[in-house]
Amino acid sequence: MIRIANGQGFWGDWLEAPVRLVEQGPLDYLMLDYLAEVTMSILQKQKAADPALGYARDFPPLVARIAKLLRERHVRVLANAGGVNPIACAKEVRRLAPALKVAVVLGDDILDSLDSLLAAGHEMRNMDTGEPLSTIREEIQSANAYLGAFPIAEALATGADVVITGRCTDSALAVAPMIHEFGWKEADYNLLAAGTIAGHVIECGAQSTGGNSQVDWQTIPDMANIGFPIIEVEPDGTFTVTKHHGTGGRVTAAVVKEQLLYEIGDPRQYTMADCFADFTTIRLTDEGHDRVGFSGIRGGPRPPTLKVSISYHYGWKAVGTLVFTWPQALEKAQAADRIVRTHLDQLGLQFERIHTEYFGVNACLGAAAPPVGDPAEVELRIGVRGADRKAADRFTRELIPLVLNGPPGATGYGEGRPKVREIVAYWPALIPRETIRTRVEVVE
Amino acid sequence: MKVPLSRIAHTRSGDKGDLSNIGVIARAEKHYAVLVREVTAERVKAHFGELVKGRVERFELPNLGALNFLLHEALDGGGTISLRTDAQGKTHGAALLAMEIEIEEGEL
Repeated sequence: MIRIANGQGFWGDWLEAPVRLVEQGPLDYLMLDYLAEVTMSILQKQKAADPALGYARDFPPLVARIAKLLRERHVRVLANAGGVNPIACAKEVRRLAPALKVAVVLGDDILDSLDSLLAAGHEMRNMDTGEPLSTIREEIQSANAYLGAFPIAEALATGADVVITGRCTDSALAVAPMIHEFGWKEADYNLLAAGTIAGHVIECGAQSTGGNSQVDWQTIPDMANIGFPIIEVEPDGTFTVTKHHGTGGRVTAAVVKEQLLYEIGDPRQYTMADCFADFTTIRLTDEGHDRVGFSGIRGGPRPPTLKVSISYHYGWKAVGTLVFTWPQALEKAQAADRIVRTHLDQLGLQFERIHTEYFGVNACLGAAAPPVGDPAEVELRIGVRGADRKAADRFTRELIPLVLNGPPGATGYGEGRPKVREIVAYWPALIPRETIRTRVEVVE
Repeated sequence: MKVPLSRIAHTRSGDKGDLSNIGVIARAEKHYAVLVREVTAERVKAHFGELVKGRVERFELPNLGALNFLLHEALDGGGTISLRTDAQGKTHGAALLAMEIEIEEGEL
């Protein structure tokens, strides 16, 4: 049996979590996920400005902080912290923690080979809209294939204490130790499906131990000291989800089911780089004492393609707010919205979209929101987006004047006018897996 | 009688591009049949009104006593494009719990 924990569900997750995971109980592998869909574009810009950057800068100091414990307790780390510059990330880890052996997985970054791929007939059509990639070629800022677990297992085979990747599927970081320890092969798709589901359960950190858990949330113990998730995996692919003894949070079948269903599509065809998994085959057993057992998982063979995530410049946006108070707070906010829209119209500004929300009334829930009567206060929130940066900038000057020129009692403008921000959008596509060549390097 | 869905189920929701997904989980085994009968794709679509522009798909997971819903064109473009406060559909699960369902006393 091996124990694999996840200490970061995303870049920006709780900094203490990975430290506590190593300190508070037994562990064999610690995985850390840093890469959201559009993180890569930010990292490409950082690398363009400084060739020594382009990775998750939180990661090397974290490794340095726990380096001694990692060695003493024989815990190995797997992280996609490499972003678009895994070697630079590895060098910084080596500089701060020279006792650790570090390996990197390369080959996911296809930004520089996009033109040759397009010329070879790979259209990389948007999986959502069907448009070919050529329509946005000039706007592309990053392009990375989601690697599977096998190259990461290869990196573990070098004996590295720390394995750093660029883009890979989140669950691959959890499956790689299983391949490495148990000798699973590419054709063992039922085992890989079990490992993939195990990875899915822990990849969002504390969401499987009581964080963001709706069921009986008021009674979840000690959320301030929530324990991050651990999977105890057997060579036959059965596993148990748990957390360290004495930590906060809760691991029950109900909590784990919420995470199982999180961000999935067709549950019979959960497709990752190494296999697909069938969630309808899962047998769950609530063993009590914060332990939930998994068995029976089946899946199918890996697809002939890998998913590619491409980020590109889409346009500009700005979002501004004003607060109106009782009485008739909603009516006042609606009147202000009409004035802003009239002004934008009179100025002849073109936007792809103008979006209005009434905070405290229906901003998040829309038609599903419960009725609120005459609320104490309502925040008017107007957003615009479009191709023209100047139009978005002009919009940002239209809200605050309403404090003097519009309905009575507007306040909450202390932050000044809103900022115009670039929209970097995400373009999911598929590419034949044989076009992606991975390799492993040990960084001295 | 009519009760809100929250009496017999809990939910979690998230995003994939412009899609939001809602996992709906029966609180007890006997509630799953009620979910299958009452929480149809059509009724979910109607519950969200303007918020969801596209179609709604439903998948059944009897082994988990759960349903998974995919709400298409539900996030104003999704991700970084969306101008919504909840660009990731994080609150859609809670919103669905307010939906009224028809249930017999013995099924509660």
